[in-house]
Amino acid sequence: MTEQLNMLEAIRSTLRAEMERDDGVIVYGQDVGRNGGVFRATQGLIDDYPGQIYDAPVAESGIVGMGVGLAAHGLTPVPEIQFSGFMHQAFAQIQQHAARLRSRSRGTMNCPMTIRAPSGGGIRALEHHSESFEAGYAHTPGLQIAYPSSPADAKGLLAASIRNPDPVIFLEPTRLYRAVSGEVPEEEHLVPFGEANVVEEGEDITVVAWGAMRRETQRAANNADADVELIDPRTIVPLDEETILDSVRKTGRCVVVHEAPKTAGMAAEITARINDEALMYLEAPVERVTGYDVPFPLYAREEDYLPDPERIRSGIERAVEY
Amino acid sequence: MPRERAAEFTIDHVQVLDESGEADEDLVPNLSEEELLDLYRNMKRARRFDTRAIALQRRGEIGTIAPAIGQEAVQVASATALSEADWMVPSFRESAAYLTRGIDPHLLLWYAMGMEEGAEVPEGEHTMPPSIAVGAQTLHGAGLGWGQAITDDDAASLVFFGDGASSEGDAYEAFNMAGVFDAHTVFLCQNNRYAISVPTENQTRAETIAQKAIAGGIDGIQVDGNDVLGTYKVVTEALEQARQGNPILVEALTYRQSMHTTADDPSVYRTPEEEAEWEERDPIDRYEDYLRSEGVLDDETVAEIEEDVETELEAAIERAREGEKEVVPAEMFDHVFDELPQSLRKQRDEFRREEVDHD
Ligand SMILES: Cc1ncc(C[n+]2csc(CCOP(=O)(O)OP(=O)(O)O)c2C)c(N)n1
Repeated sequence: MTEQLNMLEAIRSTLRAEMERDDGVIVYGQDVGRNGGVFRATQGLIDDYPGQIYDAPVAESGIVGMGVGLAAHGLTPVPEIQFSGFMHQAFAQIQQHAARLRSRSRGTMNCPMTIRAPSGGGIRALEHHSESFEAGYAHTPGLQIAYPSSPADAKGLLAASIRNPDPVIFLEPTRLYRAVSGEVPEEEHLVPFGEANVVEEGEDITVVAWGAMRRETQRAANNADADVELIDPRTIVPLDEETILDSVRKTGRCVVVHEAPKTAGMAAEITARINDEALMYLEAPVERVTGYDVPFPLYAREEDYLPDPERIRSGIERAVEY
Repeated sequence: MPRERAAEFTIDHVQVLDESGEADEDLVPNLSEEELLDLYRNMKRARRFDTRAIALQRRGEIGTIAPAIGQEAVQVASATALSEADWMVPSFRESAAYLTRGIDPHLLLWYAMGMEEGAEVPEGEHTMPPSIAVGAQTLHGAGLGWGQAITDDDAASLVFFGDGASSEGDAYEAFNMAGVFDAHTVFLCQNNRYAISVPTENQTRAETIAQKAIAGGIDGIQVDGNDVLGTYKVVTEALEQARQGNPILVEALTYRQSMHTTADDPSVYRTPEEEAEWEERDPIDRYEDYLRSEGVLDDETVAEIEEDVETELEAAIERAREGEKEVVPAEMFDHVFDELPQSLRKQRDEFRREEVDHD
């Protein structure tokens, strides 16, 4: 059985199911209780699980750092950081402690924390509310990163994150929260980490995109003069390299799309892996269609910053016509 | 004695103008009639600005804003207390303080339209751009105040922050380091009772925010932030003390009458009764009663002020709309570095080419 849900509803119902399944799952963060979160992802949950959901003071380092302690105590913390732009306030706790608890304790301890945060631009928000820093977390050994692009994946990846014995950065594309609805399995649904979704099959070119960029890429693919194979990795770490490489070996061409800045972004990493493993299959250099190396602009210029179907289509055509 | 008192602390609370507009004559700051009227005028300007801005947001003309309705007294009083040489370090809800400090209202509108142009700091002006990151600016204020100490500057820095911000680690570090370095800093907490949906009681178990100063070894004082005269007095004295190298934390008790931002719905987390109670303590009404009873204000002056406010605002909105039409997208590359590196120049050129292609 499936039901029609948008991404926020899928996240909410998954949090509910996971709290129901395991009373050690502790959901907390700024405004997540009475207010139900600024995007309403946790709306109503406090009434049913008062001992498992808490409003936290405005203190990101405190929120993540306390999560390390909760995890050490055997609980499963699922903190929400109100916007991923404010995860930097907690970065020391994430990088120095959550990500390394396992290695520092020589494998005797772990940190099964899922840090949820809205990510990415396109909603005319204030400064620091539109960042996408997945490459920074990918550069931090010990972290796994999920970045869903559909309601069903949001459910499957979130449930898998909460049950993951390692810390997960769970980035939710703000722009898609309410913009897309889709069929979501009603029963338990787990999307394993490290398994990309081949969204569309095609022969001419491989395009890799995640989060809100998947939808933009689909729009671009519909108008492009090429048969596009669209791959959504779903988890940035671990990355399903094999699916991407197999596709590139078939098509010989690749575009990687992300809204984060270009320099040292995930597209650079994916390009490098293609160079390592599939160079001889390439018919054209791997194209990157990304944000620019500028601070994410306030919203009067955000549309100019963000890759849109036009830019993505140009990228596809450059690679095809090379 | 095995156990004795190591230290003892108290926090004072100050109010000059009570809730019925009655002043304690011994405490009333020494201000001319014109200065008294300016406080009133600036509060009215700010209230009207925010009300109009909410309406513009509802019509889609501007983006999300954080109105300061209900907090005019604390902001206007403290911005008035600043000298031109002092630094103002705002948070994100300081429309009243900005307007009082003389910033053009169309700039605030530009910022709300998502234009960086609105945050541009004119050369020589001692005002920082808004800090959207909650609490981060407390450290900038401490640093500015430290700089003033190092250079023997006869000026101070005033940082705005909220009760929610007082939970951030940055704030604790700021109070402590300002103390260590004799910074010329006044930390001004606008305790407006809520951090989005979370009331102060759930933000901290501390009875006052002011007492958070104690752990940093600096002074803490509380003032009725809906009392414009009291706040003016306390902040003026605090700035004086800070200029001598003694930083201080002032907690102004006030209330955010409107929504947290235009994206927020306060009915989820607070009652109409509570809101009505605070409307009774409205800072502008209270002060207006006082000015009328002092014979400084009458119906005619009120009408004149309201008309001036309206004229200024109309012009600002017009100017904001005109400016919006002139946004140059490629400018996003211009202020990242002093000199644009080669790779970024390349990105800018590509960007311009694509702009032309798509037009
Ligand atoms: C570091 C950081 N965390 C979270 C947010 C989201 N946020 C914006 S305002 C706010 C509440 C701030 O409350 P307070 O400091 O009391 O100021 P007020 O909004 O009441 O003026 C929060 C959590 C943010 N902007 N920055």
